[in-house]
Amino acid sequence: MADVMTRLEPNTRAAARGLSDLSIRNLFIIPTIAFLIVFNVFPLLYSLYTAFTDYRASTSAPANWIGLANFRDLLSDPFIWRNFTITAKYVIISVTGQVLVGFGLAMLLNRPIPLKGLITTLLLLPMMLSPAVVGLFWKLLYDPSFGIINYFLGLGKFEWLADPQVALYAVAIVDIWMWSPFVMLLSLAGLSAVPKHLYEAAEIDRAGPFYTFFRITLPLVAPILMIAIIFRTMEAFKTFDHAYILSTQPTTELIAIRLYKMAFLEWQTGMSSAFAYIVLIVVVAITNIYVKYLNKAKAR
Amino acid sequence: MQRQLYRLMAGVAAIALSAPAAMSQELTIFWAEWDPANYLQELVNEYEAETGVTVTVETTPWQDFQTKAFTEFNARGSAYDMIVGDSQWLGAASEAGHYVDLTEFFNTHKLGEIMAPATVKYYAEYPGNSGKYWAVPAEGDAVGWSYRKDWFEDPAEMAAFKEKYGYDLAVPETWAQLIDIAEFFHRPDQNRYGIAIYTDNSYDGLIMGVENALFSYGGNLGDYSTYQVDGILNSDASIAGLEAYRKLYGFTPPGWSKTFFVENNQAITEGLAAMSMNYFAFFPALVNPATNPNAEVTGFFANPKGPNGDQFAALGGQGISIVSYSENQEEAFKFLEWFIKEETQKRWAELGGYTAHAATLESEEFRKATPYNEAFYQTMFMVKDFWAVPEYAELLTAANARIYPYIVGGEGTAKEVLDALTADWNETFKKYGRIQ
Repeated sequence: MADVMTRLEPNTRAAARGLSDLSIRNLFIIPTIAFLIVFNVFPLLYSLYTAFTDYRASTSAPANWIGLANFRDLLSDPFIWRNFTITAKYVIISVTGQVLVGFGLAMLLNRPIPLKGLITTLLLLPMMLSPAVVGLFWKLLYDPSFGIINYFLGLGKFEWLADPQVALYAVAIVDIWMWSPFVMLLSLAGLSAVPKHLYEAAEIDRAGPFYTFFRITLPLVAPILMIAIIFRTMEAFKTFDHAYILSTQPTTELIAIRLYKMAFLEWQTGMSSAFAYIVLIVVVAITNIYVKYLNKAKAR
Repeated sequence: MQRQLYRLMAGVAAIALSAPAAMSQELTIFWAEWDPANYLQELVNEYEAETGVTVTVETTPWQDFQTKAFTEFNARGSAYDMIVGDSQWLGAASEAGHYVDLTEFFNTHKLGEIMAPATVKYYAEYPGNSGKYWAVPAEGDAVGWSYRKDWFEDPAEMAAFKEKYGYDLAVPETWAQLIDIAEFFHRPDQNRYGIAIYTDNSYDGLIMGVENALFSYGGNLGDYSTYQVDGILNSDASIAGLEAYRKLYGFTPPGWSKTFFVENNQAITEGLAAMSMNYFAFFPALVNPATNPNAEVTGFFANPKGPNGDQFAALGGQGISIVSYSENQEEAFKFLEWFIKEETQKRWAELGGYTAHAATLESEEFRKATPYNEAFYQTMFMVKDFWAVPEYAELLTAANARIYPYIVGGEGTAKEVLDALTADWNETFKKYGRIQ
């Protein structure tokens, strides 16, 4: 094995670059694997262990094995179920909004318009901003006294963030604003890959725009759109920054916020590890459902 | 040649041996990022001038303070020699062994007599009445009120108020008057509002705000020595206090749903509200014309009395503790000995720090030094605090989850809220074996 990796055939490109397989392994692969083990695999396994203990990182008391007690307590806590319900609602509103806005923008940009490159670049700006910064300036935009949103919409002193019934929508609108460009970008890639001759054939057959959209455009873009939905769903489940900055309403307490409080304000390390695993299982399960649909869409 | 080599080695060894001694002449104090931390840095610069020991006050934003401090504690890190920690941390930090026991130091220097009683009780002692001390009261603080003097003293307003409520418009002496005045000045059509209160439920803002009403109405959060909450937290007096706070929320500016010290000072600087609740530590910005265009017309008063004459305020402020993992504990003790001296405490007050030193607090000089020092002095002898048990953060989370929807969203009744919170806290105390 060592021979295979260390020997370089003379006059090959690898020999010209001067890097043997062994060098590549030592310089890049081993450090990467070591990094992953130290910073990903070990914390993952260690947190799995702490999920079954009463460990609190803020004390010097040893961790006691308590079996499934943390999971039982979490799943029987009505506040946790409320957090999951709120998060599910938020994910549905946010991802649906992003798909509609993002795909709509992609459809508009998929036709010859002047300054298309510039417009596309400008539309991508929101997703390049820090979520914390976005949260801070949307807080100002939503302000009932001097916020520009109420001014333009003529809503007077409408309280976007103070009204418990509206606050979650306000947070979701920010997420839609920020991440629709991501969906737009992927959709645009999908739309530009649709063969033009299919549209020409549809035109010859006098197919209407709706028929063309639902029979040609959507089925062909669906796989890439599904990838965008998978990514956005996973990210929306983890939303923390801008939601935490915008509102502290109980109606906007997403699971990531509750998890943060449990882990770093209350120092319930064991309990929060268990909570994180429950969230992980939920996200993996939902992603699997999406992947199944993605494979179906690809097969078609 | 060999001799020269020996000399060189001896020189290197001398430098190496002297390095730790030189390094031990540095101390780091960790605190939150706010004005008092800057004043403390100015004070400790004088210590450096006197002793040659460099003291650095390292700060972090308030939002990060607890997380960063406990992360360092949990790692048994020696980055900080001392910490000016929140009073609620006493239980968690002392039981976990993060703080050095200062009982002997406290008793030797008779700090129980030198410092204001409330600051000894809440910033230093844990468990309550145990005689064990973990901190030296450093920055005294409590919640007080600022108000617009020009609005209160406007003859037209005074006449209108008297006609409507039947008594003179003046600084409120009771919570009933506070509510009346807030209602009177609440005029959304003129972009003028009655009052600014704490509503931020991400940490302790909302609960500290509520405490001012609840304590003054005769209510309490529980019995801190027996952990009994039934009949105390949900008593009629506590319920009345919570209802009073809910009433005040109705007279706040629009969107007042996540507000703490920054927003409450803005309510005065931007001319939004007639009265505003805040910690005294944030009042220096209100008397500074550079930061408050209304500085000349801003006045201050202590938290008013409740219906039965009870008068209490929520405690802020912190004590200074020595971190168990510090490699410079001896030096830290020397610093504390300097810090508790009367002349140091006077200087601390001069620089803007809120001393907990009773004699300095009571001096005419201190009470007349600023427009708010008199109210601060009165308040520091009538303060009460939140639970300081290690699980205080869980108690706080439950309190925020129950009280916030009632105050901001008007959900349920005060009785339902406090009954539910009583049940939550009982569960928490059972979980940690404090009650059966």
